[in-house]
Amino acid sequence: MQTAVLEGSASPLAAGERGVSDAWRRFRRNRLAVLALAYLLIVHAVAALAPWLGLQEPETMDLLSQFAPPSREHVLGTDETGRDVLSRLVFGARTSLAVALAAMVVAVAVGTMLGALSGFHGGWPESVIMRFTDGMLTVPTFFLALLVLAVFGSNLVNVVLVIGLTGWMVVARVVRAEVLRTLPQEFVVASRALGGSEARVLVQHLLPQALPSLIVAATLGVAYAVLTESALSYLGLGVQPPTPTWGNMLTGAQHYVWKSPVLALYPGAAIMLTVLSFNALGDALSDTLDPRHAGS
Amino acid sequence: MRRYLLRRVAQGATVLFVVSAVVFAIVHAAPGGPALLNNPDVDPRMAKEMEKLLGLDDPIPVQYARWLKNAMLGNLGRSYQHSMSTAELLGARIPNTLLLSGTALLLAVVLAIPLGMISAVYRYSALDYAATLTAFFGVSIPVFWLAILLIIVFSVTLGWLPSSGMLTVGTPFSLGDLLRHLIMPSIVLATFPLAQLTRYVRSSMVESLAQDYVRTARAKGLPERRVLGRHALRNALIPMVTVLGVLTPRLLGGAVVTETIFAWPGLGRLAVEAAVTRDYPVILGATLLVSALVVVSNLLTDLLYLVIDPRIALR
Repeated sequence: MQTAVLEGSASPLAAGERGVSDAWRRFRRNRLAVLALAYLLIVHAVAALAPWLGLQEPETMDLLSQFAPPSREHVLGTDETGRDVLSRLVFGARTSLAVALAAMVVAVAVGTMLGALSGFHGGWPESVIMRFTDGMLTVPTFFLALLVLAVFGSNLVNVVLVIGLTGWMVVARVVRAEVLRTLPQEFVVASRALGGSEARVLVQHLLPQALPSLIVAATLGVAYAVLTESALSYLGLGVQPPTPTWGNMLTGAQHYVWKSPVLALYPGAAIMLTVLSFNALGDALSDTLDPRHAGS
Repeated sequence: MRRYLLRRVAQGATVLFVVSAVVFAIVHAAPGGPALLNNPDVDPRMAKEMEKLLGLDDPIPVQYARWLKNAMLGNLGRSYQHSMSTAELLGARIPNTLLLSGTALLLAVVLAIPLGMISAVYRYSALDYAATLTAFFGVSIPVFWLAILLIIVFSVTLGWLPSSGMLTVGTPFSLGDLLRHLIMPSIVLATFPLAQLTRYVRSSMVESLAQDYVRTARAKGLPERRVLGRHALRNALIPMVTVLGVLTPRLLGGAVVTETIFAWPGLGRLAVEAAVTRDYPVILGATLLVSALVVVSNLLTDLLYLVIDPRIALR
């Protein structure tokens, strides 16, 4: 398997199937993934451009028009305090996505560092780090997240940190596996023999090899982050109202499910579609970047 | 074999220690003491007295040591909020959580195996496509949203099922009543594990069907059912057991949200309330208990491993 990288002829990919444009062609074959990518691009664009889209104020309450049906002024109606649903949905996307992406960055940073160090050094550090990782996987992290947020407060930074610090374990495992796979390869051995420092070897040689798997893990990590953030916000321990996020829009909706069930539909559907897209994207990337792993 | 088990038990105990220490540190390091003492209406001298009474003015390691010693003897202190012994409080709730999580786990496993198997055997068929897509949805749907949807359909619109609680208040206990309350929460809780497990069973069945021993079994003329059930499936189940081990903490975590939505009187909900009201003894007790449950279930998973694949014990 290691030599497949150097001796291209052993690779299961046809001669014309390597390279970026070919990867894209492979990706295109997966229709679900293409749809997912399109959806995600649209959602991110809308979220990023939210303040300039000419929407109603998402946080303005208007207690005279609660639960209003769709109208020209409120395209999707209003919620239980008279806030415009559509704009809350859009601004909620902004918050939810921002938190999820930031949390993913935290998870990737921590996971990559720990995974790379443990793979590179081996021996005692590897043992300790891996035990710690396994321990964290055993612990009911959602519980801990709740606890930390209840105790230290639910501001944005805490939420991002908590989600990131409960999701790095998968990244660490992936990176460690990649580092272990790449270490024996000739170009790495050469670099080290020539006196390359640890940092140099890691950054220039090992991590680039780990990049495809890392990207997949990161994509799936965002899916996890979106779900977790929405669960925490739903429970009231995540992002606090009036700042809209898809999760806390559902808290209110649940209370009034007997009165206006529609309110529960939009944010939940948004969450589901987004998480689905990230999952589909991650799976497709996994197949694209390393078709040897494609099992189905 | 015995050494393997002992090692796992030791690992489990270590995890419990570390978790309890970490939780203790978090809870006590936070700004403001228990919710009672945080109350600005409380006379500062009274607050000081309460602190002394509850032993909160000792240095943290001392408090931890004291708590640990008591915990080992089964004394988890008294809840600040509920004025009951913590152990009693937790004890009353465990069976409910176990009932819910257990039912969900059972549903997930019992349905995932045949679904995954059929998906793998009839690969790329319409059935497979439908199952895979549904599994995809299953891992992506937020638990609380699915719950709300089910409540809208079955409670609000159809009025068939109750939307909260474990039993109907004021009526004598009946199994039917319990089951009616149990259906929705357990389906909701089972969704993610079911979807995840189905995908795993499918992919590992696909792998094991490609192996030589399956070819041999078929060449021997064994009926297809035997080939699938006895040979391919057995080997496909091994990775599934691993996944179960990883899913269990998630299941217990998921129970928190599900219990909250359906007002199910379980550990998860208790823990959330305790976290919000800074009920230290209950927080510590509940976290410890949940972690212990996870450790135990991991141990059971390992035992299951040994049953399915005897090679592991020899390592």
